[in-house]
Amino acid sequence: MARLQAIVMKAKDNVCTVVELIAPGSEVEMEINGENVCVRADEAIPVGHKLAIHDIKQGEIIMKYGEVIGRATQNIRIGQHVHVHNLESCRGRGDR
Amino acid sequence: MQFKGYRRPDGKVGIRNQVLILPSVVCANRVARGISQAVAGTTWVEHQHGCTQLGADAELTARVLVAHGTHPNVSGVIVIGLGCETIRAQDIAAEIKKQCSYKKVATIIIQDEGGSVKAIGSGASIAREFVGAASAGEREWIDASELILGTECGGSDACSGISANPALGVTSDMLIDAGGSVILAETTEIIGAEHLIAARAVNPQVARKCFDVINACEASANKMGVDMRGSQPTPGNIAGGLSSIEEKSLGCIYKAGTRPLQDVIEYAAPVTQKGLVWMDTPGQDIEQLTGMAAGGCHLVVFTTGRGTCCGSPIVPTIKVATNTALFERMNDNIDINAGTVITGEENVEQVGRRIFAEMLEVASGKLAKAEILGFNDFAIRRIGPTM
Repeated sequence: MARLQAIVMKAKDNVCTVVELIAPGSEVEMEINGENVCVRADEAIPVGHKLAIHDIKQGEIIMKYGEVIGRATQNIRIGQHVHVHNLESCRGRGDR
Repeated sequence: MQFKGYRRPDGKVGIRNQVLILPSVVCANRVARGISQAVAGTTWVEHQHGCTQLGADAELTARVLVAHGTHPNVSGVIVIGLGCETIRAQDIAAEIKKQCSYKKVATIIIQDEGGSVKAIGSGASIAREFVGAASAGEREWIDASELILGTECGGSDACSGISANPALGVTSDMLIDAGGSVILAETTEIIGAEHLIAARAVNPQVARKCFDVINACEASANKMGVDMRGSQPTPGNIAGGLSSIEEKSLGCIYKAGTRPLQDVIEYAAPVTQKGLVWMDTPGQDIEQLTGMAAGGCHLVVFTTGRGTCCGSPIVPTIKVATNTALFERMNDNIDINAGTVITGEENVEQVGRRIFAEMLEVASGKLAKAEILGFNDFAIRRIGPTM
């Protein structure tokens, strides 16, 4: 197994998980459907955090493991960090 | 596949010969600790319960205490009471003896002994005798099909769902294929992934139970009127890259492998089924660990990305790191590194086989690091108010 900088769990995901610290502006290499793909990171991404691999519109579902992990609270561009600042949970929302 | 364990007179199998000092009430904690500290070869627990509890809540506490005494990893138990508590030490001891007549069981009541100093003295004398008997026990070859494995993840990070949990899933499948039992728990951390587990249920009734326990758990969180993200994922999970309970749960359920789900059982209920069972526990690590131990699991494999030290006093708790940096940084506490999946040195099957081999060694007597370091974590789920 060659070491990649990021892992895409399922082909229909719109985020990847980076496995090393990513510097702003660097090209992040990952494998989707057996093909190597590069996405340019807009900002620094800590290890284990997520990077958008498609543009995601506000209100759109965010997918990882081929399943729903939340919803975008703002427009997210490809290459941006996806985390609690722009992703909200759809579950356990006693505040709604 | 076999390991060397202790065959009990009632046919059950133990992998340790613990002598457990068990307070029935919070007021007896100090005496329990004093007895255990006076006698090598004993272990003890402390807890906040046992008095002014009502109905099902009192019954659950009593059930967890009794189940720790009857656990096949325990050869002898001394139950400590103050003398005026709701959950009486003599009742807990009598129930343990009723269920396991072969077991060495004693009771110490602090008020009857004339205070804590005398209670510790009397308890230590009995504990000394119990340890002597326990140390003479002999291990024999036992088939892996008799093992019950508890799975747990705590202090998760984004690598949990990529390395350690899928690897533990391989271990779970291997044990189930060998005829053993595996517990999936921490219901909170299945929210958002329940449909995937329910799809593996052996019948529609079990699938229905999956959604019922998730709905009850989510409803109890929603009742607090806040976004669950204030507590789940935890601040450490979030620092590690997990953004929502759904993301945490989807990584969490990999621990349970791929085999059919046989049943959904209550907190601390005995595991009597072979194959995969879901125990309805909170996500809080120690309440979960205690519930699975009460259910009769022989050992726990516990994956962690942020790092945790915990261990049950009666059930060996094997730690698996999701990333190599953690394995190196907290090596005193972590038994196995699954970070090799992230670096590409191994795949999840290879790590899963390594966990399985370690599990059989620990079942045969090799000490997990949490045992060597004396961890005795214990916390009982509460379902009612303190009066």
